[in-house]
Amino acid sequence: MSANVYRRRYAKNVVAQALASAAALLALMFLAWILWVTVSRGVQAIGVSLFTKITAYADQGGLANAIIGSLIIDAMAIALCAPVGVLAGAYLAEYARGTRMGETIRFLNDILLSAPSIVLGLFVYVIVVLPMTAATNGSITFSALAGSIALALIGLPVIVRTTDEMLQLVPSTLREAALSLGIPQWKLTVQVLMRAAGSGILTGVLLALARLAGETAPLLFTAFGNNYTALSPLAKMASLPAAIYQYTNDPNPAMHAIAWAGALLITLFVLALSLIARAVFARQKTSHE
Amino acid sequence: MKEGTPHSGGVPGFFTGLSMPIATHVADPGNDRSRIDARNDALFRGILRVCALLVLAALLGAALSTLWGGREVLFGDGWHFLASSQWNPVENRYGAWAPIYGTLVTSLIAIVIAVPLSFGIALCLTEVAPLWLRTPVATAIELLAAIPSIIYGMWGLFVFVPFMAAHVDPMLDSTLGRLPFVGALFRGPPLGLGLLTAGIVLAIMIVPFISSVMREVFQTVPARLKESAYALGSTTWEVVWDIVLPYTRQAVIGGIFLGLGRALGETMAVTFVLGNAYDLSASLLMPGTSISSSIANEFNEAVGLHRSALIALGFLLFVVTFVVLLIARRMLRSLKRKEGNA
Repeated sequence: MSANVYRRRYAKNVVAQALASAAALLALMFLAWILWVTVSRGVQAIGVSLFTKITAYADQGGLANAIIGSLIIDAMAIALCAPVGVLAGAYLAEYARGTRMGETIRFLNDILLSAPSIVLGLFVYVIVVLPMTAATNGSITFSALAGSIALALIGLPVIVRTTDEMLQLVPSTLREAALSLGIPQWKLTVQVLMRAAGSGILTGVLLALARLAGETAPLLFTAFGNNYTALSPLAKMASLPAAIYQYTNDPNPAMHAIAWAGALLITLFVLALSLIARAVFARQKTSHE
Repeated sequence: MKEGTPHSGGVPGFFTGLSMPIATHVADPGNDRSRIDARNDALFRGILRVCALLVLAALLGAALSTLWGGREVLFGDGWHFLASSQWNPVENRYGAWAPIYGTLVTSLIAIVIAVPLSFGIALCLTEVAPLWLRTPVATAIELLAAIPSIIYGMWGLFVFVPFMAAHVDPMLDSTLGRLPFVGALFRGPPLGLGLLTAGIVLAIMIVPFISSVMREVFQTVPARLKESAYALGSTTWEVVWDIVLPYTRQAVIGGIFLGLGRALGETMAVTFVLGNAYDLSASLLMPGTSISSSIANEFNEAVGLHRSALIALGFLLFVVTFVVLLIARRMLRSLKRKEGNA
């Protein structure tokens, strides 16, 4: 009888552990599957014309204007959200610690972190694209600027949260030492604390860039798209994710091949950024020990 | 304390809780330096505060602007908009039920698949796998979260949909489809596209979020609790099921809601594999639509009331995800507090 109970418990344990390992294996398998498909199909279509020809040539062309567009939009988005995010994070960590307002903003920031990106796109459409159209009588409608504002809203909470957490990790002896020398708090924050948490804050910015670089949904109705190279922030601008979306919806298989090449570029860029961010973060950890 | 303390106050800084006295304001006209410092401090604090309030403004703005943009439909049609399943741009009549149904069903499928999978992964990475393997595997699974959603969409459309059509759909149709009652859910032509496929792709996307929350909170369980159970002769499974899971239940539910919030709002991956059909069908193998994919597909061609209806859908999506994420964060936060007091 008791041997029976023991055997049943033992069997249950073995089955549970096997299923748990199988779950982890299944997740790894999907990762490998997705990466393998992206790499193998993407590599086939990567060539010189991908970087030299624009999307106006369709299946004879490349993604040059989309790559340039993505670089411009992403750079503008990071330029918008990095300073704001770092300062907001500093506010939470240094000025609002333990206050009700600080807690509320931290809480809402966590919600913004997983808010649906398509709604943020609609938001920017309503507050940027529509007023701009009305103000210029329709000569400026969708614009790269609107796209970068939408992406900045996606990157912002990542930077706020990382900055907040990284500044809180800085030992308070550093603050006390600086304040006892009579340094005003703003100088302490900018010149001592932000420097001490520097690589942690950089991690946040890199993660934000990785996050917003792959976003597609909010770009569709903010930056729209463009078959030619545009450099003005007030013009409709092509972007890599939006071009991939458009090409994937096309029935022509030659367009799908170009889309896979674009997908490979984005995936490599995003994964490289996340791995670099992890490496930078690891360095931050060791430098504190 | 002497007058003219260089760090003049008015700034409730991080040390307001300390017993250190702070000069409230230095009224010494000769001491320019401290006055300038005080002014700069106040200015700096003001700038920081404005930046922090931008987060609040973004959330509030997203809610209000979509409410404003969708006002014609939301206030014009009222309940009819929510309850009707008729989506007809030609006759300019819009009912949101089909996209709402699609969003709810795909997210539900995603949760049903992702929760046991994530639990297994967390169990494997905290109790089963050898120590040297845990960090690399955890990193790899977290990379799933870094892959852009459009890649999931492409992979879903070009690779996973044909796979479902060739292998999974016919199998489900001939096995589960034969059952009484639930059979209707799994009967249908092997299209590959559909609610089930979208749910599975969503599940893969949210697994890294749920499993990393679970793994993190499983690690917070005090070792003495687990060791006591092991000392009484418990198996690993019994320790996890009877000790670890009850101890972390609240945070685990929070993690699940976090995944649900993600699944509800996901756009690109779903758009490609859902099939975009406004027909309501009992079968999970049939195409459907969702709030986010309706917006992504139709927004740029929509004008007038159609556009207003899509923005109104965006408002609904925002409200629902906001509530779900609110619950998630509350549950996760109360765990943090418990940790702090322990």
